[in-house]
Order: sequence, then C-alpha cells, then structure tokens
Amino acid sequence: MIDAGNLAKTYGAKEILKDVTFSIPDGEIFGLIGPSGSGKSTLLRLLDLIEMPTAGTLSILGEDALSEKTRFRLRRRMAMLYQKPVIFNLSVYENVAMGMKYRKESQATIEGRVKEALDQIGLPEYARRSAKTLSGGEAQRVALARALVTDPEILFLDEPTANLDPLSAEKIEEIILRLNHDEGMTLVLSTHDMLQGQHLAGRIGVVMEGRIPQIGSTVEIFHKPATKNIARFVQVDNIFPGTITANQAGEASIDVGGTIFRAISPAQPGKDVNVLFRAEDVTIGTGEDPVTSARNVYQGRIKHLEPSGPFVRVIIDCGIDITALVTIRSAEDLNLGYGREVWISVKATAIHVIPLQE
Amino acid sequence: MADEITQGIVQAIHLILNADHEVLQITILSLEISLASTLFSACIGIPLGTYLYYHDFPGKRALVNIIQTLYALPTVIAGLVLFLLISNQGPFGFLHLLYTPLGMVLAQMILVIPLITGLTFAALMAIDPEMLQTVTSLGATGMQSAWTLIREVRFGILAAVILGFGRAISEVGAAMIIGGNIRGYTRVLTTAISLETSIGDFPFAIALGIILLGIAVLVNVGLNIVQTGSAWKSSFTS
Repeated sequence: MIDAGNLAKTYGAKEILKDVTFSIPDGEIFGLIGPSGSGKSTLLRLLDLIEMPTAGTLSILGEDALSEKTRFRLRRRMAMLYQKPVIFNLSVYENVAMGMKYRKESQATIEGRVKEALDQIGLPEYARRSAKTLSGGEAQRVALARALVTDPEILFLDEPTANLDPLSAEKIEEIILRLNHDEGMTLVLSTHDMLQGQHLAGRIGVVMEGRIPQIGSTVEIFHKPATKNIARFVQVDNIFPGTITANQAGEASIDVGGTIFRAISPAQPGKDVNVLFRAEDVTIGTGEDPVTSARNVYQGRIKHLEPSGPFVRVIIDCGIDITALVTIRSAEDLNLGYGREVWISVKATAIHVIPLQE
Repeated sequence: MADEITQGIVQAIHLILNADHEVLQITILSLEISLASTLFSACIGIPLGTYLYYHDFPGKRALVNIIQTLYALPTVIAGLVLFLLISNQGPFGFLHLLYTPLGMVLAQMILVIPLITGLTFAALMAIDPEMLQTVTSLGATGMQSAWTLIREVRFGILAAVILGFGRAISEVGAAMIIGGNIRGYTRVLTTAISLETSIGDFPFAIALGIILLGIAVLVNVGLNIVQTGSAWKSSFTS
C-alpha cells in the first residue's frame, strides 16, 4: 500500500512535482503515463525513497516513509528498475548478487537465488560473464534479476522497456506480469508508451507538468480524459470547442461551428465545452443512406488518408474535419479514396464532453 | 664534453650492471620512501575523495578547486612549509622528523594526497547518477555504497595512485629540504643526482638518472596497462 498526500518536489526554484495525491493498494499494477519531463521519474525516486519530497506525506507498506528511521528498512523491501540498464563492471553473477550481499545473506542462499533468477530471465549460462559484454536487452534483464532476487514487495519501473527492441521488451513485460500475478507484487511503472500502460496497468495516473490531473482505469483515461491536454496525450484525434444549445434528460446538444453533436452529458445550455471522441469510434459508411442507430450522423468528403501501421487515419470534411480510424482492409473494401463522399457516424455514448477551461 | 658524456654513460652502465652498492642503496631507499608515501596518501586520499563525493557542504566547490590547484604545488614550497612545521623551532619540532626518511615521507604525502583525493573524487563524479541511485535502492548502507562505487572506478583510482607514485619518486625539492641529502640515510635518487651533478661526478649522476628514468617508464607503462587494460579487460571475463 502506497499513500501519497500532496507530495511536492522542487530543485532550487524549479518545481518538478506539486500536489501529487494518490493511493495504490497492494498487488496492483499502477501505471504513470505522461510526456517526457512531466515528473514521472522524479515521482518514482520519491516513492523508492531515493530522494526526499519537499512537502507532503508518504506512507508505504503501512509505515511513515518520510521518517529517517524507517526509510532504510523500507528501501530494502522495495526495488527499482531504470530505463537505462545500470550495469556494474563486474560479472553477471556479482551484479545480480549485489542486493543480497548488502543484506548479508549466506553464500549458499546467494548462489541458489542468483542461479534461480538467471534461469527466470532466460540467461542461465551467463553467471561468469562480464556484465559489460551484455546487449541492451540482456543487460536490462540482468538489472531486473538484480532487483528481484531481494524479493521486493513493491517494484518500481521507470520506463523499463523504452530502450529495448520489441522482443526484449515483451520478455520484460512477461516477467513482471507473472510476478504480479503469481506473487502479488505491487508494480508501479512509468511509461510514455500508452499502449504499454494500457496492457500492463490496472489503473493509470496521468502525470502532466508535475501534477496528476487524472487517475482511472485505462478505459476511462482513453475515452473520458479529464482535460484537453490529457486527451491530446492519449491521442484523441477529434477535439472540438463548442457550446451547449440544449439538454434533454441528460442528452446534450452541442453546436460546433454549425455542426451539432449529441452526447451524454449533464452540461447545461450556454456552457462552453470541448467535445472529444476517438477516431476508432467513428464509423464510415458509403451507401446512399446511412444505416445506423447512432445519434450523430454526418455526410462529408474524404480530405486526407494517412496510413498508420495496419490502420488508416481518414480525415473527412463534414464542415469540420473529423478523423476516423479504419483498418487498411476495410479502407480497401469500402474503396475509400481522396474526394470520396461518405457517411460517418458516432454514437452519443462515445462522445465525451469536458468544460472548456484551457 | 661530448666525450665526457659518452664516457659517463659507459661508466654509468657499469655501475648499474655491477650493482654498485651505493647506487643500489639509494635506489632502494627512494623506492621505499615513495612507495610508503604513496600508500599512506592512498589510505587518506581515497576516503577523502569519497567523502567529498557523498557529502555536500558550503565551500565544497572552493575546496575541490584548492585540491586541484595543489596538483601543481611546487615541491620546494611543500618542503618549505613542512620544514617550518618540523624544524627545531617549529610547532612539531619535538617530533625530530627533520632530516629523517619519515620526514621525507610526510613531505611527499603533502604532494600526493591532493592528487589522489582529487582524482578519486573526479572518478566517482563521472559515475552515472543512476548507478548511485541503484546502489541506494538495492538497500546499501553508506559504507556498502562507497565500497561498491570505489570498486566500480577501481581502474581510475589505481591510475591516480600510480600518478601519485610518479610525482613522489621524481620530486627533488621537498626531499632535499626535509631529507637533507644525508648519505646512506636520506639520500634518494633525485637529491643524489642533484648533488653529483653539482660536484661533477657525471657517471654516478647518469647512472642514477637512467634508473630514475627507468622507473618513470615503468610507472607510465603501468598507467597505460591500467587505462587501456580497464577497457580491454572488461570486454572479457572479469
């Protein structure tokens, strides 16, 4: 259990973190996502008790983590993995054994655990090798093994796979997921990769400019971002400022430069808002008449097509430019092309309305 | 003159090959004094450099600057300062260290401690901050952390120690002032060369010069092995 209350950190006059409050129950995988430089790494260093916050409260595993007396003991119950693998100019064995040597474990225990850990990370024959000869992916796995042999109750991961090839990244993810699943280890990981955050974390805290403006499930963060900046960061393509014109039993009508959207929102007429919806939630049709039960249906002309991996981002001019995401296959099936007239539809429940505050 | 030099070199080689008693005695004393001063300096300089790395205090930057300036402290000034301290009229005169080998060891330590302290500090500062954080995160005590990081920069520190020995064995000013160049007691390679040159015993001076140069070459080779070896060795099993 981690309980942070109004944590703040400043370096000189520079404010890195401010009013950071959250709580992480035991056994959870908690993701911190946010742009580079938003304060994720600093926050992890505060949580791993490497640095002291300038203000705020912090309790970890039921103990006051800001008291000098408990910090050292608590540190030995946690571990951290950095983005850039930290490797000592020693053998792989000595690298992995380091934390256990600090704890003065017996030689026999250390040998057994190191061997076990090297098996677990898939490098069983590497004990005697100089750790400096490892590839990036291998080095990160050794760093992970070093963090794990001390049996931490909480593991912090600072962009653990950002520098790795997809296969090494997958291996690391697989190991940490198993740890959480089998041993109930609490994981706190930071990433700027939203997909990683999504498929690893149970809940996500969004870190922006030293604050955490939203904490929620991945679905919430991705579909109901609390601010325009979060929406941009989680790649919500369709963000339009508008004004509420009517609200009937919780279904609001929003006027966006002449185009009317209907969304589920309590916002009352006259209020200025931002209308958000994801490109994946936009359906494209090509028939004479739209066949859909969606509340928002518009006709428009394809203005731009932008391949994106196995998908195509289609920008349709419907008075405003609405972006849709379709698979390459369905783009071909629908014969989507520049200038093509199409119908698009968005369900009222897929549209998220936030106050226009920025 | 050219003839004299040639003759001098020939006789010098004779002296060395025949293991002339006095040449041998001076060489061994030189090595003993400089090895001792380097060893004691390492015992003080490495912990001091490590302390500087781990602790922040007001005036630290100025202190580091002073230490780095002392790398180039003129040896005669080190000699003069120590002379004033340990001469019979000085505050430590009662220790009777003037004109003793132990006094010379102290004099050389004044020259070598800043070098080892400063270079140890610099070697530790070059470590990635995340390495120190990792060590802390792994649950190291202060001593465990220091030991791990010193071991990490062992080649850099060893190079500092070798450099320190090079400075100690090659300096003449402090050895002359503090040792007094007493034959068979405090006469070392540098002071002997200085004396023999001034009285015109060139073969003897050249012989000692060749030995001193030889030691300097060995020191340099050692330094090279440490510096390239650290890169070379780490690409194989350590």
